[in-house]
Amino acid sequence: MSKRITIDPITRIEGHLRIDVEVDNGKVSKAWSSGQMWRGVELILLGRDPRDAWAITQRICGVCTTVHAITSVRAVENALNLEVPVNAQFIRNMIASAHALHDHIVHFYHLSALDFVDVVSALKADPEATSKLAESLSDWGMNSKHIMAQTKEKLATFVGSGQLGPFANGYWGHPAMKLTPEVNLLAVAHYLQALEAQRHASKIVTILGSKSPHIQNLAVGGVSNPIATDSQSVLTVERLLAVKEHIDALAEFTRKVYLPDVAAIGAFYADWTQYGKGITNYISTPDFPTDSKGTQFMVPGGHIPDGDIANYKPFTQFGDQYLRDGVEESVKHSWYTYSKPGALHPYKGETTPHYTDFQDEGKYSWLKAPTFYGKRAQVGPLANVLCGLAAGHQPTATYANQMLSTVSTLLGSKVGPEILHSTVGRHAARAIRAGVMAEVLGQNWSMLIENISKGDTTTFNKPVFPKGEVMGFGMHEAPRGLLSHWTVIKDGKIANYQCVVPSTWNAGPRDENDEIGPYEASLMDNPIADPEQPLEVLRTVHSFDPCLACAVHVQDEDGHEVVQVKAL
Amino acid sequence: MRVVVLGVGNILMSDEGVGVHAVTALAERYDFPDSVEIIDGGTSGMDCLDRIADSDLLLIADCMRKSGKLPGDITRIADDEINAWFKTKISPHQVGLSDVLAACCFHGISPKKVVLVGVQPESFETSMELTPTVAAVLDQVVERLVAEIAAMGVNATRKAA
Repeated sequence: MSKRITIDPITRIEGHLRIDVEVDNGKVSKAWSSGQMWRGVELILLGRDPRDAWAITQRICGVCTTVHAITSVRAVENALNLEVPVNAQFIRNMIASAHALHDHIVHFYHLSALDFVDVVSALKADPEATSKLAESLSDWGMNSKHIMAQTKEKLATFVGSGQLGPFANGYWGHPAMKLTPEVNLLAVAHYLQALEAQRHASKIVTILGSKSPHIQNLAVGGVSNPIATDSQSVLTVERLLAVKEHIDALAEFTRKVYLPDVAAIGAFYADWTQYGKGITNYISTPDFPTDSKGTQFMVPGGHIPDGDIANYKPFTQFGDQYLRDGVEESVKHSWYTYSKPGALHPYKGETTPHYTDFQDEGKYSWLKAPTFYGKRAQVGPLANVLCGLAAGHQPTATYANQMLSTVSTLLGSKVGPEILHSTVGRHAARAIRAGVMAEVLGQNWSMLIENISKGDTTTFNKPVFPKGEVMGFGMHEAPRGLLSHWTVIKDGKIANYQCVVPSTWNAGPRDENDEIGPYEASLMDNPIADPEQPLEVLRTVHSFDPCLACAVHVQDEDGHEVVQVKAL
Repeated sequence: MRVVVLGVGNILMSDEGVGVHAVTALAERYDFPDSVEIIDGGTSGMDCLDRIADSDLLLIADCMRKSGKLPGDITRIADDEINAWFKTKISPHQVGLSDVLAACCFHGISPKKVVLVGVQPESFETSMELTPTVAAVLDQVVERLVAEIAAMGVNATRKAA
C-alpha cells in the first residue's frame, strides 16, 4: 500500500503529498491525506543562535521562503518583547504582500487553472468572440482580437512542438471540462500575461529583500538594510520609486484580470460550489502591522467557529493569548512518537520520528494533526476573507461584493458569501484576498515614503538575549493561511523550535479523536466521473493551494489501487 | 553574451543541496565579468524566470539521480537531453525549473543553451552538511562549471586566497 515517492532532481517543494481516496458509486467515501516527506528542520535549529533561525527556516520550501523568514523573526521578537521600527514593518509588509500576490497569481494561472481550463480546446476558439467576451468582463488593455489571435497562434506552435511542459499530461477532453473554446483561449492569453504580472511581484521582493529567491534584508529587530536618501548601497528613494511602478502594474492585473477571470471560470463551474466544503471551523491571523508593537493591523484575523461569522472572535495582537493557548498537535496518526500520551502544545512539541507503513487506521503521515481548542480548523485565504467580512473590513467587503456580483450576473441569479465554503469558493476567496493585498502593498509604500519624509529612517532595534529561558511565537497570514513558528530560547540559544505551517492545518491526518482533517473532509462526496482520471480530486485538493508535490492514488471499491497520478 | 549559473537544491537535506553549495563556492573562489550572474536558486521556480529568460547559457548545478551511477559521480547533460530528462521526471503542474523553462519556451524567451552538471547524491538526510563522498567532489564540480563558462568564451579570474 505505502509507496514512497521518488524525489526528482528538481521537483522539490516542501514535501510530498499523497492523497488516497475510496470511491463508492461514483463518489468519494473515504479519504486519507499523507505527507510523505519528513521535515526535520526543527532539529537542525536546536542549539543555534535565534538570530540565524530565519535564514535557515526560509530554506524549508522554495515557494514559501519569505514567509518562513518573516514568521521566524517575529517568533524571536515575541520571545524578547522586542519592538520593530515602523519602517521595518512597512518594508516587511510590502515584501509579504508582494509575495502573496505572486503566490496567488501563480497558483491560479500556473498551478490550478489547468484543472478547469482545457488548453487544447482553445485552439478551436474564435479570437474575435474571445476578445468580445473579455471586454465585457473588464477594461484591461490586453484583451484585443489581435492579442487573442496571437495567443492562439503561439499556442498552436507550442502544441505542435510537442514540448508541452506545464501543459503535458493535462486532462484534455475530460468530461468534467466545461469551458467554451473562447473562455479557454481567454485563460491561455491571461496565463501568458500572468507570467509578466508575477515578474512585477518578484521584482518588488528582490528590490526590497535585497536578494531573491532568498531575501537578505531581514533581521531579528527589523530589517538589516539602512534607509538613506543619497546612497547607492542601501534602500534609496530612487529604488522605492521603481518599486511603485511594479506595484501599480501588479495591482492593475489583479483587479482587471485575476478577479474577473476567477469570477468567469467560477460561474462556469458553479456546480463546484456544492463540493469541497469540508471543515468550516476557520482560523486566520491579523497581519500587516502598522505599529512597532504589533497591535494595529491592516487586515483582521481570528476564529470563526463552525462557519458562523456571527460568532467571530478576533485575535488582537502578536502573541495573542486566545491563539497561543488553543493550539495543540497530535501524532496519533503521524509517524512520530511523543514521550507522553495526548496532543502537545508547540512550546512542548517533540519531533521524534517513528515510521511505520501506511496504516489506514493507524499512522500514515509525516504531518502532525493540529487542533484549535481540540477541533480541526481550516486555514487559508477563505478563512482570512471570512474574518474580514465578519470584522467589517472594508477592502475585503469591496472585493467580495465585486466577485459575488460578477458571478451573480453571469449566472443570472443572485449568490451570496455562502458559496465561498466550497472548492471553487476557495479560488474566489484567494482572488478577493489578492485584491486586498494589492491595496495593502500600495498603502505600505505610501506610509513608508511619508515616514521617511518626516526624517525617520530607523529600521532596526538591536535584540538582547537574557540569561535563562524565554519563549515566543510568530504569526503570519501566509498565502496558504495561518503560519506560526514557536520557539523556546535558553541562554540565547534555541532550545525548542516548532513550525506549525498552513499545510499542516489543512493537510494533516486524522487527529487524537480520529477526526479527519480539512483536505480529507473536503474530498468526501466529491463526484468522480472516471477513476482513471480523478480530475475532481485534484480540483478540490488544489483549491487549498497545497505546497506539496502530490501523488493521488485512487482505489476502486475492492480496495485495489487502479491508478497512480502524479500531480500538484 | 549573458551567462546564468543557477545552483538548485535544498541545503537542509544534505546532498540535495550540492548545487547551491557548488555555486556558493564558485562565487567565493572566482571573479567573473558582469555578463555572468550566479544565483542561489534553492528550491524555487518562477522566482528565477526573469533572470533565466533570454540568457545565452543557463548553467544548472544540481544533484541528479541516475541509475548505474555511484554517489559523487558527476554527469553532464545539455539541451535536448534536459528536455527529455524533465519530461519523464516532472509532475505536470509543478512549477519547478522545468516549467520555468517551458514557460520561457512558450514565450519565445528560452535560454539559447542549457547545460546541467549533476552530482549523484548519497543521502537526503536532514543536515546542512554534504556527505563526505559528495563534499569530496565539490572542487571538481566547481571546476566543471568554470570550464563550461570558459567554453562560452567568458573567463573567470581566481580570487587571491
